[in-house]
Amino acid sequence: MDNSTATQKPLASTIAIRARNLNLWYGSFQALFDINLEIKQGMITSMIGPSGCGKSTILRSVDRINERLGYVRIEGAIEVLDQNIYAPEVELAQLRKQVGMVFQRPNPLPISLFDNIIFGHRIHRAPNEKYSKQDESDIVEAALRKVLLWDKVKDRLHSKATVGLSLEEQQKLCIARLLPVKPTVLLMDEPCSALDPKGTAAVEELIWELRGEYSILLVTHNMAQARRASEECIFLLMGRVVEHRETDQMFMSPSCQETANYIEGRYG
Amino acid sequence: MFAAKPVNLRNQQVEGLFRLLFGIMMVVLIVPVLMIIVMLVYKGGPAFSWNFLFTFPTDGMTAGGVFPALLGTIWLVVVSLLASVPLGVAAAIYLSEYAQQEHWLTRVINLATINLAGVPSIVHALFGLGAFVLFLKFGTSILAASLTLAVMTLPVVIVASWESLQAVPRAFREACWNMGATRWQTIRQVVLPNALTGILTGIILQVSRAAGETAPIMFTGAVFFLPFLPAGVFDQTMALALHLYTISTQVPNVPESLPFGVALLLVGMVLIMNSTAIMFRMYLRGKKKW
Repeated sequence: MDNSTATQKPLASTIAIRARNLNLWYGSFQALFDINLEIKQGMITSMIGPSGCGKSTILRSVDRINERLGYVRIEGAIEVLDQNIYAPEVELAQLRKQVGMVFQRPNPLPISLFDNIIFGHRIHRAPNEKYSKQDESDIVEAALRKVLLWDKVKDRLHSKATVGLSLEEQQKLCIARLLPVKPTVLLMDEPCSALDPKGTAAVEELIWELRGEYSILLVTHNMAQARRASEECIFLLMGRVVEHRETDQMFMSPSCQETANYIEGRYG
Repeated sequence: MFAAKPVNLRNQQVEGLFRLLFGIMMVVLIVPVLMIIVMLVYKGGPAFSWNFLFTFPTDGMTAGGVFPALLGTIWLVVVSLLASVPLGVAAAIYLSEYAQQEHWLTRVINLATINLAGVPSIVHALFGLGAFVLFLKFGTSILAASLTLAVMTLPVVIVASWESLQAVPRAFREACWNMGATRWQTIRQVVLPNALTGILTGIILQVSRAAGETAPIMFTGAVFFLPFLPAGVFDQTMALALHLYTISTQVPNVPESLPFGVALLLVGMVLIMNSTAIMFRMYLRGKKKW
């Protein structure tokens, strides 16, 4: 897994996520300041920065899960595929169909493996749409094959999701669960931080496989991971974007002193 | 080097003292319960027979069985459950899943519900008399008595359901919401199935409470004696708890075994229901893994 192929491949031209003058407050505390970002389609973009710099806040603004807190105020706009997701006519269910989220800790639902994978699909289809058992099986198989889990679990699709699955496999399951509704953007909030090094490598490999087909925004505390597993990298500090460049370049020759200090581990 | 120092010896003494103290307390607590059960079985056991369970009282309630009271208690419990379970579970779902958790009103309502559970049952009885018997004109009837019992058990049903809903990890809800599920889809498919054990336990414990209470049904629908069985919810009925009160205090020349038999029946019903609840919970817990 190296980044040389990424730089050779023609840069995707369209923008998956665009933030325009995004300011965000939790109550009276301002967490984000004038964020302007363009995250390219089909790429893996990582966000790094010290704790509290606003990485997760940005992530959670893209599927509008932040609003649930009630005391969040937002100015500016976030566009997903050129549509302002904060426009009044936006239906959250439709937005979340396009934008899937993977959490720090794998959180498979306490239902069978099969039901976990088909869950999103069942939620989003119209009541009069009929899907046969076979259709559903095909969807589940495709999703599990995509995350390289099919051979491992094909014989026990109807047992509880977590039984006998390692954290790594559970996290893959959580990624597979998003795929049947055909999202365009996958948000990943430190998806490997609960995993051991082997699991981390496996999930990173999977994320790498998914690029191109999905636009992936990856928050990580792990600089090495950002370097290994992303094509572009955003460095955030105190709620502001400091630098946004191709990952290789950022790590080879950061243009800001803060970035250089952080990458070298002088703070964080 | 590793030998006990005076301070260790002292700590061991204190340790032993407290162990003994708590042990004695436990025995003090357990012994009366065991004595009650032994006494009930010893004195009330002889009264037990098929006749006792399935015939009417005779000879001015000094002989015969308790069938109408047993049936009446079942009536009261079932009708009160039909009222309190849907209401209580729905209210708990609202409080836990829809209401803004930090809002002051939600907190006040939660607090009020918990406090309501501590209201003495005689107060519920008076409320039931005013609200159901007189104002809604149900008269003294199974319906009025059951609704009074329902009002009495509602707070606990709500609190127990709320607690089991809250015990479902938040990560499950977030996973669902992030896939675009509505709150109801989340509740229906993930939260409720996992909270069901706790909710059922709360309900069954309330069944035994409703079966055992005397005060709330005394003014609202239960009577000392009826020569016939209730035919519907607007009839009055006999009930075990009140029957026990009557034959122990109001009727002369009752053989001693009779009230003890009724008490044994009542305690037996409660014990069976509670242990069913506990076994059911253990069964479902065993199946639940997260």
